[in-house]
Amino acid sequence: MEAVVTSPVEEHGHGHEHDHEHHESFIRKYIFSTDHKTIAKQFLGSALFFLFVGGAMALILRWQLAYPGEALPLIGSMLSDRFVSDGVVQPGFFMQMTTMHASVMIFLVIIPLAVGFFGNLCIPLMIGTDDMAFPTLNMFSFWLVPPAAFFLMIGFFHESGAAAAGWTHYPPLSVIGGFGHYMWTIGVFFVGFSSILGAVNYIATVLNKRAPGMKMFDMPLTVWALFITAILAALGTPVLAADLAILFFDQFFHSSFFIPEGWVVADYPNNGGGQPILFQHLFWFYSHPAVYIMLLPVMGVASDVLATFSRKPVYGYKAMVFAIMAIAFLGFIVWGHHMFQSGMNPLLGTTFMLSTIVIAVPSAIKTFNWLGTLWRGSITFSVPMLHALAFVATFVVGGLSGIFMAAAPADVFIHDTYFIVAHIHYVLFGGSLFGIFAGIQYWYPKLFGRRQNETWGQIHFWLTFIFFNLTFFPMHLLGIGGHMRRISDPNVYDFLKPFAGMNEFITICAIILGFAQLILVVNMLMSFKLGKKASRNPWRANSLEWAAPSPPVGHGNFDKPLRSYRGPYEFSLPGKKRDYLPQWKKPAKSESAEESAKQAAGGNGQAAGGGGH
Amino acid sequence: MAHGALTLDHEPVTGIPHGKLGMWIFLATEIMFFSGFFATLIVMNHANPGLFEETAQKLSWQLALLNTVVLISSSLTMALSILNLERKDTKKFQLFLGLTLLGAFIFLVVKYIEYSGKFALDITPETNVFYACYFLMTGFHGLHVVGGIVPMVWMLGKSFTEAGYTNVGRVEVLGLYWHFVDLVWIFLFPIFYLLYNPTLIIF
Repeated sequence: MEAVVTSPVEEHGHGHEHDHEHHESFIRKYIFSTDHKTIAKQFLGSALFFLFVGGAMALILRWQLAYPGEALPLIGSMLSDRFVSDGVVQPGFFMQMTTMHASVMIFLVIIPLAVGFFGNLCIPLMIGTDDMAFPTLNMFSFWLVPPAAFFLMIGFFHESGAAAAGWTHYPPLSVIGGFGHYMWTIGVFFVGFSSILGAVNYIATVLNKRAPGMKMFDMPLTVWALFITAILAALGTPVLAADLAILFFDQFFHSSFFIPEGWVVADYPNNGGGQPILFQHLFWFYSHPAVYIMLLPVMGVASDVLATFSRKPVYGYKAMVFAIMAIAFLGFIVWGHHMFQSGMNPLLGTTFMLSTIVIAVPSAIKTFNWLGTLWRGSITFSVPMLHALAFVATFVVGGLSGIFMAAAPADVFIHDTYFIVAHIHYVLFGGSLFGIFAGIQYWYPKLFGRRQNETWGQIHFWLTFIFFNLTFFPMHLLGIGGHMRRISDPNVYDFLKPFAGMNEFITICAIILGFAQLILVVNMLMSFKLGKKASRNPWRANSLEWAAPSPPVGHGNFDKPLRSYRGPYEFSLPGKKRDYLPQWKKPAKSESAEESAKQAAGGNGQAAGGGGH
Repeated sequence: MAHGALTLDHEPVTGIPHGKLGMWIFLATEIMFFSGFFATLIVMNHANPGLFEETAQKLSWQLALLNTVVLISSSLTMALSILNLERKDTKKFQLFLGLTLLGAFIFLVVKYIEYSGKFALDITPETNVFYACYFLMTGFHGLHVVGGIVPMVWMLGKSFTEAGYTNVGRVEVLGLYWHFVDLVWIFLFPIFYLLYNPTLIIF
């Protein structure tokens, strides 16, 4: 399986350095770049931009829930009359906001960050190669995101408004909903295409481009997680694409695939024979695995960060890998738990309930292994570590509340309430986003060559962690109290009136949570120029990306021949002077042996890949 | 490119070239894509008993049979073009790739005749869910044929402008794709034109 050439020193040991004097044009270098690091930065930049767009939408929702009937502060007077009247959010606009907040956060923030950003940043560097298997395809998969964003958002500029059928976009509402809904379908199709191309690229890269000596089970867990995620995306996303294609037929050619028999509305020509629940089956066949697409990469990142800052090997490395695989496999056979209330045979519901609860097993393996990694470790509470710890903590809360929903009888009650909203935010914000922040903080020195300001990082973390919990934990209570989601004015219901104070509290916390994120961005931007220069291996970690200079050289990453000798988690080995042993360090016999091996590794690259690509 | 970056492009670890491996993975995603359609077809058939049998006989199985022959032949000529490129016989490579291209065009022309016949009778996806499935699935298959034509034209052009064109790997990857497009049609043909057509049941 290994393509390792162990030939002795070739006479042209370092003859293959790029000595190009030509300068790439600005466009090739920064815009239509094929360098995976630049593409990672593009994913990061666009996703952080949309994080604020989606966050602003969330704050509009929160304002309306806390102060229904009161004019939006600051922006209320700037919005068009189609959305607000005298600055007060109208119910239709509220529905557009719920839909677009979720769509933006899922399709333009979390998936691009978890898969696009980490995939591009980590895979080539951590497996010790110069770029993806298909750099041009990689560029293409980023440049599908702007048109996707365009189609998702264009509805706001049309008189009928943006999509308002929920991010799940269930027909028949999405079919007759109008312009914004049609454009939404096209936009998400673009996102899906981007995911598919990315997934093909990641799988091929991991299988084919690992550094000499690196076996599959020598890969860091981040790469494992991204690899399994790519398989999920490759097998799940096309089904969503098919589903959207069928929805597109209904929307544009009036084919009534998803229109219920005998359903009459407006001037839609219903030809009968449609099955609205089929849309939901196909949709969740993708969208449940999509939950893991958003979560698994972050689990890998957290594993790496926890091990590095506990100075201990990841507890149960292989168990971690198999747990990722188990979650991915089970993720494909649980989609029905989103549809307990959709009119499904109760027997089928029970099947889905059981398969869903089984997911708790690999999830628990991962959680206990994280705790095992921390156990008696020499822990540094650096900014990345704090975010990773927050990830583990909030993931446990989100996972446990998930079990309530997995149980069909309990779900009958909490379905469509704020309990669901609390759960999704504990998993997607508390889980994915904290893990993403951990990764951003952890690899920032590698990607940009500078350290971020530690103090501001700590301030950002603590504000985010505290106000995240204050915002979303009370939502569990709202949900238990029967507070429905997607209602624009809770005060019209008598039984929700006692919750008015809690809604107000949540809104105040959410506003602080939102503004706290500015610290992250300002800190990142300021550190581009003002941060301390980062060394090659600022965290004293073991995986191959730390062998490259910070930032990695040009389009090619490594300045020295590279070979992997061991697994990525050799921390605190007994009897060693240093508490870490990087993957690229040759097992030392003598200085001269090391020298010749270096040249041999150099000879490899020459012998095998002289032609480049 | 900055100074000091190394070329780290080793032999593919799996021994399979990147392009071929990537195409196999991509075809896996394509299978899932069409699986979504086939699942829809099954559900629609069960939800509308009798409709498929009644409507299917209005499709022209003769035209579809012609297209089947054309597409299978084009798969053969595709394989022959790869074989001849491996033998460095550029002339024959161009001949067989050209024939494959011709097959793809004939397929689309026949498809056009079939569709316009339907539209002339005012049959659209709006008519009923059988026709909706028919237009959906044969339509997306047709788009995949178009998706094959584009790189074929490009490679054929390249082989004329570039003396001694020998990119076997690239043509092989295209061949994989083309066989897949062929295979999808092998499923679509019996399902739409034969399976539900009572006039064709002989036993």
